[in-house]
Amino acid sequence: MREQKFIVSPAPHLSSGVTVNKIMWSVSLALLPAIVGAVYFFGVKVLQIIGVSILSAIITEAIILWLRKKPVAISDGSAFLTGLLLALNLPQDIPLWLPALGSAFAISVVKQTFGGLGHNIFNPALGGRVFLLLSYSRYMTTGWATPRAGIISIDGITSATPLTAWLDANRTLSDPNAAENVKVLASQHLNDLHSSDTLLRLFTGNIGGCIGETAALLLIIGAIFLLVKGIISWHIPLSFLGSLAVFAWLLWIPGASKPFHGNVLFHIFSGGAILGAFFMATDMVTSPMTGEGKIIFGLGCGFLTAIIRLYAGYPEGVSFAILLMNAATPMIDRYAKPRRYGNA
Amino acid sequence: MIKTFPGGIHPPQYKSLTAEKSVETLPLPQKVFIPLGQYTGAAATPTVSVGDKVKTGEKIGESNAFVSAPVHAAISGKVTAISMHPHPVVGREEAIVIEREGDEWVELRGHSSYEILTPGEIREIVRSAGIVGLGGAGFPTAVKISPQKQIDTFILNGAECEPYISADYRLMVENAEEIVTGMKILMHALGVNKGYIAIEDNKPQAMREMEKASSSEPGIKVVLLRTKYPQGSEKQLIKAILNREVPSGGLPPDVGVVVNNAATAKACADAVLLGKPLIERVVTVAGPNVVEPKNIRVRIGTPFKDLIEFCGGTVETITKLVAGGPLMGVAQYSLQTPVIKGTCGIIVFSSKDVPDFRPSECIRCGFCVDVCPMGLLPGELATYIEKEQWDECEKSGLSDCMECGSCAYICPAKRQIVQLIKYGKAKIAAVGKKGLLGEGFSLT
Repeated sequence: MREQKFIVSPAPHLSSGVTVNKIMWSVSLALLPAIVGAVYFFGVKVLQIIGVSILSAIITEAIILWLRKKPVAISDGSAFLTGLLLALNLPQDIPLWLPALGSAFAISVVKQTFGGLGHNIFNPALGGRVFLLLSYSRYMTTGWATPRAGIISIDGITSATPLTAWLDANRTLSDPNAAENVKVLASQHLNDLHSSDTLLRLFTGNIGGCIGETAALLLIIGAIFLLVKGIISWHIPLSFLGSLAVFAWLLWIPGASKPFHGNVLFHIFSGGAILGAFFMATDMVTSPMTGEGKIIFGLGCGFLTAIIRLYAGYPEGVSFAILLMNAATPMIDRYAKPRRYGNA
Repeated sequence: MIKTFPGGIHPPQYKSLTAEKSVETLPLPQKVFIPLGQYTGAAATPTVSVGDKVKTGEKIGESNAFVSAPVHAAISGKVTAISMHPHPVVGREEAIVIEREGDEWVELRGHSSYEILTPGEIREIVRSAGIVGLGGAGFPTAVKISPQKQIDTFILNGAECEPYISADYRLMVENAEEIVTGMKILMHALGVNKGYIAIEDNKPQAMREMEKASSSEPGIKVVLLRTKYPQGSEKQLIKAILNREVPSGGLPPDVGVVVNNAATAKACADAVLLGKPLIERVVTVAGPNVVEPKNIRVRIGTPFKDLIEFCGGTVETITKLVAGGPLMGVAQYSLQTPVIKGTCGIIVFSSKDVPDFRPSECIRCGFCVDVCPMGLLPGELATYIEKEQWDECEKSGLSDCMECGSCAYICPAKRQIVQLIKYGKAKIAAVGKKGLLGEGFSLT
């Protein structure tokens, strides 16, 4: 028993094995089933998009950290995850410079200008996605290829997403000038979209959409992994999807639908709702810290998603909804504080 | 029903290293170092001088302060020095050094029954026996059983929620009768007839033994608590068992409760029935770097070195030596540090058990908020302290933090949250609120 100088540091002298790196890499790992699914449905091109997006994110992060004279901590996996999430939010038929640009924007402007990991107000991947959507709408809204395993056909247009088709049909129905036979067709399409056949295809991914948001099932497998590992909690996904379900059910489009008749499952399984609720809204940096705050955050996300889907110009509202609630997060954190012991 | 409190963490227990090992008695040490301050409160003044001969159990230091406890010679022999010596909690402190000659005890005068004693007499016996809380904080027990408030419930703390530590567990398994007797003595002194024995659900054998020992006591009930750290904290015990909350800045008597540790109860029984002062205790020596971890009954003042050698020494070079549990214990700088009354464990780590986690930026995961048993925002408090925003610290309940360290344990960014909080509290205590909040104040 040799005596030497001991480390004298304050307690605790144990530390849990949970690290930032493990959290980030676990989320990336949880997206693996969805990536495999995307390759199966859309082909290997999606791997190029994902690869370019990740590479751009990592390079941008490294350069900016170097410029800021900070440790170039790209191994923490956060830039990798941003690149991956952005890629999963893109249509599959886009030029490769788009994911490169989007990731560079996400990391440089959305993340690093606010101070880097932990300080950004908005989810970087979603910020990058909305930047591309607003700046390059042409690519971002028409780049849908149909999965080779199946085709959805609305008005002879084969490359629409279910939500685009849904919005088109509703617009037609609520248009007083639309011809009667067109309205009948639109109403048929809506019935098709709400059919159990479509719902099943939404669940299993056999349908058009962004790279990562097609197969609800594959995303949920990853989400269960994260829930079991304690990396995400149930609060945000449940309140997000719950409020989306409620508002999608009770809200209506005048002329096209009736209140309390919305198709809940269609809204939950289409578009980015599952990807958003489990993987984007749960981003720790940009969501509230307490359980109560997370529930408020999720309720807001679901409500805004429903409003945007039903009444705004865009067919999909998940990205905007989450970004708006990101902005509300500091305020939510201010009020949704835990109850302090002994302060009745 | 298994009870618990909100928050808390589930660190690995590591108790199997020692839990099933009976308590062994350390051969009498050649030399003991008995610090004059071993508890919360005023330090004792020596009542012996260098060169005096003392007997085991003889009082060698005391203080007139209300919150204090006398110290006793733990071995018989000669006082060879009264000088500064390493202390497990405060770093350095004056200690009475005794070199052993035989093992000659003072005459012990016990009472055949505690029922004939008045509460005041019990308090006096407990006080002169030098009994303090043996769970760690070392608050003088006589003071604890002299509350100014109406007490309706007594809780015996057998939770022992720190990893590695099994000293109280062994005591509950091996000395259940004495512990229950001690509990009855304390309840008698407090005039309460409702008592709970709180045990975590990872100690079923202790539960059985304590149930057996208390089966004839209608007022005493064993309650099972979920194994969770910091279940052994007084405030969390009271919340879990009675669903009462000690008000901010208050103490358990404010909600009619007194909590005492199981080992403390046994010490009280020994003092009242055997007349034995507190000169020994059970210490768990464990950790990944101890050859043969053990529970050891040891005289107060024995250097850590003797205990570790009794366990076969260490596997590798010691990198960290902790007095107490690994979550709230104090890192030591010397093997000459003596066991004091509050030392429940000695944990020995080698370099590979001390991970070098560099803190990174907070990612706002909120884990620290989830685990904080006091309902605070620990990460935010740490940030306020980093930025020296003292007024925000006050508003956010800095003083409510009991420094259990759950936040720092769970933090994925490895921020030194509780460490910053301790620093902030010390700073506020040193400079005073006015000084910190006043204009133009600078911390340097």
